[in-house]
Amino acid sequence: MNLIAIKAIYVYEMTRFFRTLLQSFISPVISTSLYFVVFGGAIGSRIETVEGISYGAFIVPGLIMLSVMTQSTANASFGIYFPKFIGTVYELLSAPVSYVEILIGYVGAAATKALLVGLIILGTAFLFVDLQIAHPIAMMAFLVMTCFSFSLLGFIIGIWARSFEQLQLIPLLVITPLVFLGGSFYSVSMLPPIWQSITMFNPVVYLISGFRWAFFDSAEVSIGLSLFAIALFTGVCIAIIGWIFKTGYRLKS
Amino acid sequence: MSGERMSAIVSVKDVTKTYDGGFTALKGVSLDIEQGEILALLGPNGAGKTTLISVICGMVNATSGTVEVGGYDIVEKFRGARSLIGLVPQELSLEPFETVLNSVKFSRGLFGKPRDDDYIERTLRQLSLWDKKDARVKELSGGMKRRVLIAKALSHEPRVLFLDEPSAGVDVELRKDMWEIVRGLREDGVTIILTTHYIEEAEAIADRVGVINGGEILLVKDKAELMSQMGQKQLTIELHQPVTQMPEALSGYNLSIGNDGYCLEYSYDTRGDRTGITSLLSDLAAQGLMLKDVSTSQSSLEDIFVGLVEGAA
Ligand SMILES: Nc1ncnc2c1ncn2[C@@H]1O[C@H](COP(=O)(O)OP(=O)(O)OP(=O)(O)O)[C@@H](O)[C@H]1O
Ligand SMILES: [Mg+2]
Repeated sequence: MNLIAIKAIYVYEMTRFFRTLLQSFISPVISTSLYFVVFGGAIGSRIETVEGISYGAFIVPGLIMLSVMTQSTANASFGIYFPKFIGTVYELLSAPVSYVEILIGYVGAAATKALLVGLIILGTAFLFVDLQIAHPIAMMAFLVMTCFSFSLLGFIIGIWARSFEQLQLIPLLVITPLVFLGGSFYSVSMLPPIWQSITMFNPVVYLISGFRWAFFDSAEVSIGLSLFAIALFTGVCIAIIGWIFKTGYRLKS
Repeated sequence: MSGERMSAIVSVKDVTKTYDGGFTALKGVSLDIEQGEILALLGPNGAGKTTLISVICGMVNATSGTVEVGGYDIVEKFRGARSLIGLVPQELSLEPFETVLNSVKFSRGLFGKPRDDDYIERTLRQLSLWDKKDARVKELSGGMKRRVLIAKALSHEPRVLFLDEPSAGVDVELRKDMWEIVRGLREDGVTIILTTHYIEEAEAIADRVGVINGGEILLVKDKAELMSQMGQKQLTIELHQPVTQMPEALSGYNLSIGNDGYCLEYSYDTRGDRTGITSLLSDLAAQGLMLKDVSTSQSSLEDIFVGLVEGAA
């Protein structure tokens, strides 16, 4: 393992992140606050409770998941797409680093950024609602796993993309709808039965449910199933990345 | 080509490259680069220079053939091979928002070398970039960006340095500086491969010259040897009275008549012990021809190069 190289990539990426500190941190805080004002305050005041939890608190896990998933994907996809776009990828390809090291560097940095954003949103949430976390360690574990798995997905998108449009296509067309329909802002049990069945094909449901369990100790699907879903998702991403690296797909000609 | 060289640090064997679109950019290239030499790869646009460098450095997969750098196969033992290599690409590919110093430090880290601020400072100073170390790359001129690329390539102390068209977009002054740096590196034992369109560049700094065209290496020769082997010299003799016909006694010489008979052109090979000039001049005098002026000219690498490339086309 070329640990120095992994560190170099990681630090370089994190520097980029801190250079754009304002966008990186302020914008999630502002958008979260808006969500709380609109959903928690205006709408939530008429909803009372969902499954015995105040609506303001109920949406916190979904809100964090929404941000963390989009942030991870965006960070990682941009991180590897940008060097391809400006041509500096030559340096990665000509350096004595293996693909695994490149992956660890980029995905590690993207996941770290997303994790920080997730924690900041959690902190912001405490300002708006009365919140208790039933299983803090499980909560962190879910958060970290989600950051990593969606950073892996982002890495794949970044390698696949040939333009900035394509870079945004998948997050826009796939991830955002899946997250919104995955029960971020409502309980799946509130849906009509047929939609409940359809929703079960949405992998994000399992992630949000598991994460919500860590907060409130109650879940729509079993926690084991949630863990299985996240493991499966991570496994599929790793398999795709393995194939990309084996073939040099869209990295080398 | 270069035959059995003992000390090849880069050894390219039968490398072909066919790009996805079906275009074959390298058609079986074999090339041994000796430790410590400066090799200039000369070739027109699209000859395959960048493709060859990209295969050696790992940006492009060869379709067939093998490459070894310092005895390491570039695929099987890529870490060993790539640790030895520094690359200055043809394109000015740099992250625009990063500072010069960070960019260069990143390169060193990426190659697995432990931090060495002194070495980085020396390198930047040598390239007159130390003043600009905190400037963002996008604030630099093109020539400065080229130097940042060189600094990045040198940051990890390579033993083999590839310079892909180092003088593109660089003024005469900087080009001279760069040649100085290149010579200095060679003194430290670094092997240097540069590509260029400029014959003067090859002529000025290379030890050996390789000519590549259409994905094939046409020749690799010591520069001096190349110039003397292929370099025909021309002796131009101007006459007071024109000759209409070549005198019988001079038919043994490789002479041609020019300028309506006022001029005789004699081509000879500088390699030969006997150039035949002495006997030619005395034979001319015997014929009663009055010489007005005599001059010689030697063909440059450029003539050789143009001859080769046209011959191959
Ligand atoms: N990625 C690619 N896909 C398809 N064809 C390519 C690719 N890169 C280069 N080529 C083709 O391969 C040939 C050799 O290109 P290369 O860049 O190696 O030439 P070069 O000798 O470096 O030229 P120049 O002096 O212009 O830099 C060209 O015909 C080029 O169009
Ligand atoms: Mg080129």
